[in-house]
Amino acid sequence: MFDKLLPIDPEVAARIEALDLEFNKFGVDPYGIDKNDLTRFLSAFAWIYRYYFKVDAYGLDHVPSQGRGILVGNHSGGIAIDAAMVMGSMLLDAKRPRLPHAMIDKFIHKFPGASQVMSRMGQFTGNPDQAIRLLKAERLLLAFPEGARGTAKLAKDADSLVGFGTGFIRLALETKSPIVPFGFVGGGDALPTIANLKWLGRLFGVPYVPVTKWILLVPKPTRFQLLYGQPMYFEGTGHERDEVVNAMVDQVKERIRDLIRQGRQLREKEISEEELVL
Amino acid sequence: MKVLVTGICGKLGRLTALKLLQHGYEVIGIDRRPWPEAPEAIELVQADIRKRPAEDVFRTHRPDAAIHMATVTHLVHQSPDRMRVNLYGTRAFIHHCNSYGVKQAVFAGRHTFYGAAADSPLYHTEEEPPMAAHTFPELADLVAADLYAASSLWRYPEIATSVLRIVYTLGPSKHGTLAAFLRGPTVPLIMGFDPLFHFIHEEDAAEAIVTALAHKLHGIFNVSGPSPVPLSTIVRAAGRRPLAMPATVFKLGLGRLGLPHIPSGAIDHLKYPIVVDSDAFRHATRYTYAYDERETIDSFRTAR
Repeated sequence: MFDKLLPIDPEVAARIEALDLEFNKFGVDPYGIDKNDLTRFLSAFAWIYRYYFKVDAYGLDHVPSQGRGILVGNHSGGIAIDAAMVMGSMLLDAKRPRLPHAMIDKFIHKFPGASQVMSRMGQFTGNPDQAIRLLKAERLLLAFPEGARGTAKLAKDADSLVGFGTGFIRLALETKSPIVPFGFVGGGDALPTIANLKWLGRLFGVPYVPVTKWILLVPKPTRFQLLYGQPMYFEGTGHERDEVVNAMVDQVKERIRDLIRQGRQLREKEISEEELVL
Repeated sequence: MKVLVTGICGKLGRLTALKLLQHGYEVIGIDRRPWPEAPEAIELVQADIRKRPAEDVFRTHRPDAAIHMATVTHLVHQSPDRMRVNLYGTRAFIHHCNSYGVKQAVFAGRHTFYGAAADSPLYHTEEEPPMAAHTFPELADLVAADLYAASSLWRYPEIATSVLRIVYTLGPSKHGTLAAFLRGPTVPLIMGFDPLFHFIHEEDAAEAIVTALAHKLHGIFNVSGPSPVPLSTIVRAAGRRPLAMPATVFKLGLGRLGLPHIPSGAIDHLKYPIVVDSDAFRHATRYTYAYDERETIDSFRTAR
């Protein structure tokens, strides 16, 4: 896809080699991840990840280096920059690289280009069947239980949390997967949204079109704090009553709220790295 | 053991018949079309499955098993006749199996049953409902034939019926939906989309049908070969030139400008994948394919 456009960074290529994926004779894994496309895309993205933005990632060791798991965190910043940064930290910074499968909004695969890129990177429309299959195949999932309501937070509310969906807990229970909570800070600074145009969104088939302080949808270079907490294990079948599941969701939400708070304090230099409780 | 094959003169029908002979089955075939160079060991009756002479074949030969492949699948064949063949043909097949003591029936269906959509899971399992009828009305008769065949699982439980949903076949015969799409030197694609395509070598597909018969399978089974490959990769590996065009241009140009005659519902099949989970079939039969993804495409590319 990007053969003539994007050069390969040898360091990135080595990390893709180290991924726990099986590629067929065309360099494609059973879920459509294309090794060559992924390497070229990530080579370009690595530059953005390292030099345009800067991600201070903490607690990377809390993410299982192999086997199933669900990364669950807060959404902010108009468009899903946070998802891209989590991807970057897992692929480029983790001791053993992993490719998380984000459960993305269903409008994305309807767009030409976006659909093609997401398909070759292993990013699927979030749905329970897909998620369970990937977890049973010992993959790592990335979920934002706030969904599009999360990215729609305006800059002033960037560090707050809105309502969480409950699907991720049921998935974790059914597949006995650990949940790794994370807090992401700085999304509201990279792309400070002052309004969301829903009517314009309807026209394009997206949930909304964010408007930033500088009108354009271009994020400014920003330093982010990304804090991964200790894995959380829950016991159950996934078919519990809503009250039971909601209580578990609240535990995860509290943990994420705490991680965001610490991330914010770190950002404001009120605490040091040694004082973090992940 | 005597096996009756309907639609034996189609490409997959012929391959299946030859495989059956190799495995020592006695083969009788029914088809409207001729098969001039058919092996002598095969008894061929040129008849329409829906007509009396076809029923006579069941009556006089009393086959132990029957394989139904007499479905019209080309999308260009958009006549009411096609629907009648697919639905009434399937009904006649099941009815005759029941009336004349056939102990095993195999229905060779297709994986397009599941339909292609932006938000469907990548690997379809057998219990999923058919979405093809909704996204692609031209496939509705094949979906209905599949469901109708599956209904004999409870209507005639004493017949070991297996409904196979087989992925696209590809191979030296250059026949089939995918082969037809890859026919020209330039293959049109939809810009910005590149779905995974699931395909199997035609020899492997025929072998799978014979395997289903040998194991007396009872139920619905997806059948696939190697893991799926992006369509643009298939096009290049087949020695064709991919030409990506925006969906709107593609729709306008259908049937013109050298673009294939396909219904506009087929466009979703060029945007989104239909990939199936065939674990159930593999566990039940220990079936393995012989041709991998590259060998399958090469056999198509190098065929004369």
